[in-house]
Amino acid sequence: MKAFATLFNRIDQTTRTTVKVAALAEYFATAPEQDRLWTIALFSGRRPKRAVTTTRLREWAAERAGLPLWLVEEAYPVVGDLAETIALILPPPTRTSDHPLTHWITVLKEIAARPEPERKPLVLAAWEQLTPTERFLFNKLMTGGFRIGVSQKLMTRALAEATGKEASELAHRLMGNWTPDTVSFHDLILGDDLGGDLSRPYPFYLAHAIEGAPDALGSPQEWSAEWKWDGIRGQLIVRNRQHFVWSRGEELMTDRFPELARAVDLLPDGTVLDGEIMAWDEDGPMPFNALQKRIGRKNLPKSLLRQAPVVFAAYDALEWDGVDRRDQPYSTRRAQLERLLAAATTQHALRLPPLIAFDDWPDLARIRTTARDNRAEGLMLKRLDSPYLAGRRKGDWWKWKLDPLTVDAVMIYAQSGHGRRANLFTDFTFAVRDGDDLVPFTKAYSGLTDVEFREITAWVRRNTLQRFGPVRQVTPEHVFEIAFEGIHASPRHKSGIALRFPRMSRWRRDKPVSEANTLDDLKALLALYG
Amino acid sequence: MTRDPVLTFTDRGIYCPAGDFFIDPWRPVKRALLTHGHADHAHPGHASYLATRSAAPVLRHRLGKIRLQTVAYEQTQRIGDATVSFHPAGHVPGSAQIRVEVDGECWVASGDYKTIEDGLSEPFSPVPCHVFITESTFGLPVFRWPAQDAVARELLDWWRNSVDRGVTPVLGAYSLGKAQRVLSLLTEDIGPILTHGAIEATTQVLRDQGLRLPPTAQVTPDTKTKDHLGAIVLAPPGALGGAWMRRFGPVSTGFASGWMQMRGVRRRRAADRGFVISDHADWDGLNQAIAATGAEKIYVTHGYTDIFARWLREGGLDADVVPTEYEGETLQDSEES
Repeated sequence: MKAFATLFNRIDQTTRTTVKVAALAEYFATAPEQDRLWTIALFSGRRPKRAVTTTRLREWAAERAGLPLWLVEEAYPVVGDLAETIALILPPPTRTSDHPLTHWITVLKEIAARPEPERKPLVLAAWEQLTPTERFLFNKLMTGGFRIGVSQKLMTRALAEATGKEASELAHRLMGNWTPDTVSFHDLILGDDLGGDLSRPYPFYLAHAIEGAPDALGSPQEWSAEWKWDGIRGQLIVRNRQHFVWSRGEELMTDRFPELARAVDLLPDGTVLDGEIMAWDEDGPMPFNALQKRIGRKNLPKSLLRQAPVVFAAYDALEWDGVDRRDQPYSTRRAQLERLLAAATTQHALRLPPLIAFDDWPDLARIRTTARDNRAEGLMLKRLDSPYLAGRRKGDWWKWKLDPLTVDAVMIYAQSGHGRRANLFTDFTFAVRDGDDLVPFTKAYSGLTDVEFREITAWVRRNTLQRFGPVRQVTPEHVFEIAFEGIHASPRHKSGIALRFPRMSRWRRDKPVSEANTLDDLKALLALYG
Repeated sequence: MTRDPVLTFTDRGIYCPAGDFFIDPWRPVKRALLTHGHADHAHPGHASYLATRSAAPVLRHRLGKIRLQTVAYEQTQRIGDATVSFHPAGHVPGSAQIRVEVDGECWVASGDYKTIEDGLSEPFSPVPCHVFITESTFGLPVFRWPAQDAVARELLDWWRNSVDRGVTPVLGAYSLGKAQRVLSLLTEDIGPILTHGAIEATTQVLRDQGLRLPPTAQVTPDTKTKDHLGAIVLAPPGALGGAWMRRFGPVSTGFASGWMQMRGVRRRRAADRGFVISDHADWDGLNQAIAATGAEKIYVTHGYTDIFARWLREGGLDADVVPTEYEGETLQDSEES
């Protein structure tokens, strides 16, 4: 673990990408092969099976540190990371060891295989022989979410540097369903690419937001336009009479959306489509809220399948006849997509939203204003002759979203942030006016500058009316413009509404509380857009 | 007959009715006793001031012409019906805990303090009392300061590594206390030490009163890095990332603070390196200091007040939170720590 801890420290001690890449490349050139493989796995979101619940970890750490559990629980939100909290409170180790990363992962697998009562001594024994940094990493392996400032893209770059292979090829090799237990470093990275497993998707191409109007994109004849949907970006793969559904977060979601199984009846083997997973009924696209009910649900009652039926709205074809077609122009891929879906009926759960014809940019700007009526978030623009790139590369795909909806609201509660934002007040609850009352209706965490967060933090300290644990009720004095993408009815909220992507778009220092929006204003928005 | 408490907590600061004076008040008062010179404790505008002899030069430097009386540590004096003495708090040079006794009942207002010796400040000495007023800036068990010689080695390694890569290390440290702490940790092996004007001025004030610190050179508009190869630069945190830094070319930035113990905070600062150096007591320091006073009643002023007071109550003490305007070690770009 020493080499891995050194790697972590080098990455953690810099904000510079080049330094991170160099540290990783050196590690990939020197670490034992199995450790390299695990490092790739961890930085691409794969991790060992969870061995211990976080509740147990907290209890054991508190006991080992001689602290009451409540104190550990209070410290955790301040630190913002349970793995780090535990590493910080434990007494210093009594001995050291120099086992490689893979050893500790094997230990974790053993722990996971044991019955619960036998796990505690194994975890305590591990803590006893790890330095604070190593403990932090070991705890991270146990608690999951190995985000330490290394994106998959950065890791791929380093791997390319260390192996001399193309980053784009490596990105594709790393996609899909492998784990360090099912593949060797050699087969994954170096060997002939045998196409990997059947389910392997392609790296997604991500659009940039357009600033202002699209006039700078040149001739409208070179571009195609379509609605931008508010669903989950996904890839639908049909190979060997099986289908696979991947989310952009590289999560295999095939089982979540059983409707999409019927795509196999239509699509031939060796087909990969790019598109949007959406809830869509007889009337067309449903609000994201409907899809939300399906995400994270593993068992799907029939009533839910009826309430929120899911389709795959396809907009690109990346592979057909089993051949990677990403270097073909978009216009060719789109034409092929239309051929593939020509015979699609509603029972295939596939949709092919049409392209939008337009004469010039002002014409398209007019069309864009009707996006909400079409249940879209705005427009997508794609360059007709462009290949399908990987990652967020500027130039060929643009999203041109509608301006968000806004309300002016009063801040009434404040709570300090987590992690990077510990000890600043960053999590706020906002209210609208209702007669003489203030009715809370949303929380928001982002949108202010660091300077503004610092200023409001100092203000909150001096204007706390009451404390409820970590939450402070503050003098209702400051008005913020809250921007959001959607609004819908929600019986779970006191105000009866819930917002999609709320954030603070402006600090309205010019507005007194008496000019904040009212609950009736919100209800009017709900009636219009809900 | 009920009598006033020895000290009360008002919207102007900590007040002693028997002696008619305030301790570290934040609004103008007639008579202010100051624990130390950081801006959240030493405000301008009081009619008269009382502080330790070794705190006086910095107070005069910062507050200008003030009516200031000084007193030696441990020396008792009568103010009205109260007996008052100042005792080392170990926070920064000249910092004090203020002991106030009225009719045999003894309270101590500790201001900011730390229990480890830094070789510069008069070392913290526990003062037995009935009631102890404590800060809790780092009153969570996640704050445990590493050995200072280990931090000194990290600083030196960072300097060496930066110089090897051809970049200038620039360290953010507050000008009173933290900057001198850092200076005292830098060994003779290090290259020239350049300072921002704010740090140089305070450092000179402390040198003039006898503190032994390594030689430094103030950065001026004429300063050229090529004349100072292998230098390390000390600047107030507010100057980090600003136009002032441009003259140094490529830099590696560091920040010295107890908050650097937390990875999240380190990353939010967006400094390349964080060094855990604090002039406040860590978790163990707070607990040891409180135990050493023998006090049964504890007032917790600034920091993780609610949590720390609950912890003390579970340990059998009578502990309460009192609101003040003290800030402790902040991460803001205000001047103080």
